[in-house]
Amino acid sequence: MDIDLIANILFATLRTGTPLILIALGELVAEKAGVLNLGQEGMVLMGAVSGFIVATVTGSLTLGVFAAIAAGLLMSLLFGVLAISLVSNQVATGLALTIFGTGLSAFVGASYVGQGIEGITPWIVPVLSDIPLVGKALFAQDPLVYLSWVLFIGVYLFFKKSRGGLVVRAVGENPEAANAVGMKVTRVRYAAVLFGGAMSGLAGGYLSLAYTPLWTEGMSAGRGWIALALVVFASWKVSRVMLGAYLFGAASIMHLVLQGLGFEVSPNLLAMLPYVATILVLMILANDAAKAKLNTPLSLGQPYRPQV
Amino acid sequence: MLKIEKRAVDSRWMQLGSPLIATVLTLITGAVLFAALGHDPFNALYTFFVLPVSDLYGVTELGLKVTPLLLCAMGLMLCYQAKVWNIGAEGQFVIGALGGGIAALYLPSLGAASLWVTLLFGILAGMAWSALAALLKTRFAANEILTTIMLNYIALNLMLYAVHGPLKDPSGFNFPESAMLPANTMLSTLIDGYRLHVGFLIALLAMVSVWVVSARSMIGFQIKVLGEDERAAAFAGFSTNKLVWYVLLISGGLAGLAGIAEVAGPVGQLNPYVAAGYGYSAIIVVFLGRMNPVGILIASALLALTYMGGEMAQMQLGLPKSLTGLFQGMLLFFLLACDLFISYRVTWSQMKRVEV
Repeated sequence: MDIDLIANILFATLRTGTPLILIALGELVAEKAGVLNLGQEGMVLMGAVSGFIVATVTGSLTLGVFAAIAAGLLMSLLFGVLAISLVSNQVATGLALTIFGTGLSAFVGASYVGQGIEGITPWIVPVLSDIPLVGKALFAQDPLVYLSWVLFIGVYLFFKKSRGGLVVRAVGENPEAANAVGMKVTRVRYAAVLFGGAMSGLAGGYLSLAYTPLWTEGMSAGRGWIALALVVFASWKVSRVMLGAYLFGAASIMHLVLQGLGFEVSPNLLAMLPYVATILVLMILANDAAKAKLNTPLSLGQPYRPQV
Repeated sequence: MLKIEKRAVDSRWMQLGSPLIATVLTLITGAVLFAALGHDPFNALYTFFVLPVSDLYGVTELGLKVTPLLLCAMGLMLCYQAKVWNIGAEGQFVIGALGGGIAALYLPSLGAASLWVTLLFGILAGMAWSALAALLKTRFAANEILTTIMLNYIALNLMLYAVHGPLKDPSGFNFPESAMLPANTMLSTLIDGYRLHVGFLIALLAMVSVWVVSARSMIGFQIKVLGEDERAAAFAGFSTNKLVWYVLLISGGLAGLAGIAEVAGPVGQLNPYVAAGYGYSAIIVVFLGRMNPVGILIASALLALTYMGGEMAQMQLGLPKSLTGLFQGMLLFFLLACDLFISYRVTWSQMKRVEV
């Protein structure tokens, strides 16, 4: 393998890991607040289709990205109303959100399938991007990849340094106690879920506007679900989300590696790798299930109804 | 002001009323949607929900689509009664289609018995796929929602690999599909000239069998106890792991049967589009049908109708076929919202002024 190939693989790994980072960060925040939203896949698809349509119609990629975020927000609001305000079962509601989002996105995007668009172009940092091996991966990415790093640091600091992070964790660990000391449990949970929705929407926008600038039905290809597994893999630690996302990114672009090494393997078989990797990760986690349990937000998945 | 409060006892009336209200709300939203798209809402609803079943052909086609939905949903019903969240009927369906299809294409002919061998291989393949999820859950404590969804994607890619590679029909003009199944591995049709086949009767038989298991057997009782309260099941000495294996194997076998019945029925060969989302729609069927066999049969018919309605709306009104998924999604959402009123009710509480 030559240096250029390795540089390209690193570049592609980071690109492929980006939507996973975005979705997983959003879900991590929601889960820290005690809300399990299985609707990621639906929110990502709605983000992808909305971003693509708005960018195509207005010609503005920036508006497209904002539309993607807005779509994710609206979807998560729908989830919030049912699962937080009306205390519906979070698992069933999340599944419904995914099924609904898959259907709605396919419907509104039907006439846009097959259309191309000039995607988001990379911001190439002069000089630095010429560093051998890592220059291209770190300094020649599109702005959303850089944004994912900023958001990663933001979420990391939020939980590490801020009072807000403590509040979110308190609400996720023990909503009754949090309420008793005057925290607005419902409001915090809404905020966390909406943040998750915005992040998933953004990830969708990244897919349809930057990663592969087009819209096809179901284009998220299970990334919402993989990101859910990623949060478990990271055992709710922000710092591990990025590592996990890039590992999965690497698994997803194995075909590049194998082609580079001169192997001929069916693309359909290679396409299974991220899903197989997810299952393997869930298996390995079983070995320290007790440790994982320690980090799981205590009230995860349990509705909270304020006593009036 | 309006207030939501918990009912002392769950409302039995809402338990049954909720799916009906959800269906009506879906129709109303559908009408608004059609109107917004510039179609006469009543005509559009008629096109979607009535026109597809307005003749014998339509009714038999409905039965054809009820078959896979009913088979998948009955298996999922057992899983969900045990609170085992199997989302993997789609993958089990695909692997059933693949396993049975390979048997039909490559095993030497056994005359009339070939059909049964084909179906058996489909069932076993589906069971093998769900066994993976059962192993992951019981041995590795892996969340079955995530594992079954991952297995769905893996199954689909296996099918794609098979029909693009080793199973591709050499005389198939390079389409990603296998050769046609031999005639003696195909399910015979019930009425000459219509596609409805024996699989429909098998599905009804399966429905009754699962019903008996669920309502009359010790295992069925244990499944429900496990679903209600895992600790109670443990105290009563039921083996949780055994029950998990049980429900997943049954549901995988039924989904596999649905898969091979589709291949040995209307499709006639392996291709990547066999599953058509039946495994996912069956989830909605179970919830809409109140986890009750009769309810599930009715809900299967309604969901089958959304498939046909989508096709009809595409042909008659030029609307995208994906209308099907949209209607299914709305139905599930409205159902969840209405279900809240099973255990909660809205009351009008007046703000009381406190005299001091």
